[in-house]
Amino acid sequence: MDRIPILKLGNALLVTVQVDMHDRLAKALEEDLTRKIIEANAQGVLIDISGLDIVDSFMGRMLDTIAAVARMLGAETVVVGMRPPVAITLVELGLTLASVKTALNVERGMAIIGMKVEQFRDADDRDLG
Amino acid sequence: MTSGETVPIRISDDVVRVRSRVRALAMSLGLGIVDQTKIVTAASELARNTLDYGGGGEARLDIVEAGIRRGLRVTFEDRGPGIADIELALTDGYTSGGGLGLGLSGAKRLSNEFEITSIPGQGTRVIITRWK
Repeated sequence: MDRIPILKLGNALLVTVQVDMHDRLAKALEEDLTRKIIEANAQGVLIDISGLDIVDSFMGRMLDTIAAVARMLGAETVVVGMRPPVAITLVELGLTLASVKTALNVERGMAIIGMKVEQFRDADDRDLG
Repeated sequence: MTSGETVPIRISDDVVRVRSRVRALAMSLGLGIVDQTKIVTAASELARNTLDYGGGGEARLDIVEAGIRRGLRVTFEDRGPGIADIELALTDGYTSGGGLGLGLSGAKRLSNEFEITSIPGQGTRVIITRWK
């Protein structure tokens, strides 16, 4: 069975989606990702969708679900690399992915995850302070 | 209207096939990238509906002409349970299944023309057109 590869990138995991996320693939990704979040002690998940020429409501729901599960495990999900025509179409479709953070590219996505880590570190310092 | 091609929709891989055929025709018609993305996304939503709610069916792709304008028309047909209340089914967020309820209403917004006919117990037909 096909699986979407998950790479470790600093304190985050990088998922590059290049093929259609059909049901089985999305389920497999959810399982692989949750396991890797724990294994790698990851604080963030970047989902790169720059390879997708469309995102429909089915795929949008998958992204939402994956982000919600990752959040339960303490990892922030940022969807990166959305193509402009995809963004225009999603908004017209009525799907704003409101519960998922988005960033223009992997670098900016990493910055968002990095900021979150900083905030936690500051909070920890104060607690210990 | 030039007679087009028919893509059967039986399994989830067929939704992907519908998308790639709609993309290819939209490109050959010379639709811009945003319009291509819109019609492919609309077709994807409707193909998924045909599969999930209609129990399968088919998509028919046609290049249509009106005067000097040309467009891409996609017709989705199933022999499923049909839709009793079309107006309700076209409401954002309404779903009879596990989806987000954006399929029909979203596909309508993404198309220049949208037509739906459904007879409970007999099936549903949805026609979308995007003009160049």
